[in-house]
Amino acid sequence: MPDATTRTIEIECFRYDPETDAKPRFQRYQVPFTDDMSVLQGLQYIKDHLDGSLTFRWSCRMAICGSCGKMINGVPQLSCHSFLRDYYPRRVRVEPLNHFPVIRDLVIDQSGFLDHLETVKPYLIPKEEQPLAAGPQRQTPLQMDRYYQYSQCINCLLCYSACPQFGLNPDFTGPAALALLHRYNADSRDQGWSARREVTNAEEGVWSCTLVGYCSEVCPKGVDPAHAINQNKVNSTLDYFGILKFLLPRGDAK
Amino acid sequence: MSRFQSTAKTYIRPMSGWWLKNPYFIRYMIREGSAVFLTLYALVLLAGLACLAWSPEAYAAWRGLLDTPLSLGFHVIALLLVAYHSLTWFQVMPKTAPKLPFDPRLIVRGGLAASAGLSLLILVLLWWVTR
Repeated sequence: MPDATTRTIEIECFRYDPETDAKPRFQRYQVPFTDDMSVLQGLQYIKDHLDGSLTFRWSCRMAICGSCGKMINGVPQLSCHSFLRDYYPRRVRVEPLNHFPVIRDLVIDQSGFLDHLETVKPYLIPKEEQPLAAGPQRQTPLQMDRYYQYSQCINCLLCYSACPQFGLNPDFTGPAALALLHRYNADSRDQGWSARREVTNAEEGVWSCTLVGYCSEVCPKGVDPAHAINQNKVNSTLDYFGILKFLLPRGDAK
Repeated sequence: MSRFQSTAKTYIRPMSGWWLKNPYFIRYMIREGSAVFLTLYALVLLAGLACLAWSPEAYAAWRGLLDTPLSLGFHVIALLLVAYHSLTWFQVMPKTAPKLPFDPRLIVRGGLAASAGLSLLILVLLWWVTR
């Protein structure tokens, strides 16, 4: 039964102001909430009614824009996708996503990820450019099934916060970017293995993954980055021995 | 240099003790650490083989060493960790395979069944040889 009564929960927020703080601190707020309120709505209540200086990112409020990821009680989650009722009567501790530099309060600097995302060339690389007049490129359901789940990534960065290898070495291309790399490599319209080869095969590519597997656990869209990366360890090995080129069914753009 | 690098002053949180902060990471570290015990167990076994090749006295001495509380304790811990090692690696095995036309849990269950079956076979063979 949904409970319409208002209860009060304590939200503890990570605070950091680069202009005044040398180190971060935590601040607690008493937040009234109803059963239908997400952690994001709790943060919005704080900003609107208790402390206008609290800074955090959000946009769609429905788990599709990927802006509002936070560490909630130590677990990377979309704050619009987790509910205060599930934490009550305990306190909720909200921190910025792990493994990224903090700009202010709950806002992280995701520029390192954007660099990695660009290196995997996340777009179709066909062997021959198809003119628009050629019409749509049809795919069978089986062909689509090979990449579909990887195409659901919303770049929310929860998987990077779940990956200790990325935390220890920010040069690691990381789960989401490598899952997107695989998303295009696995697409029947793409022949770009060679264009993405250097990133895949690098030490900072698939080989920095030690299969912790937490990235796939925390993904809010059911993407399995650990599977994408570890399949490509096999592909990378086959490529090293010069065997992969015989196994690429669609050939290679280069 | 990054194309996207911001010029803002940022705070970088330390990584020290990261593996204690989440039960998932603790289980991961036990999985990885179990390999150390697997190696130690293999070295003990290898030492036994070397003693066997060396002389009957050396082999008897090695067996004597095994029959101590310290050695028994080590072997119990090693057995538990090796079992955990097998279980967890079979669990992540489907992640290393390409997309399969059947339920990937079959790989996990098949691997566990094969490993349990082979262990049982070895126990039966040992019992048969030493009876």
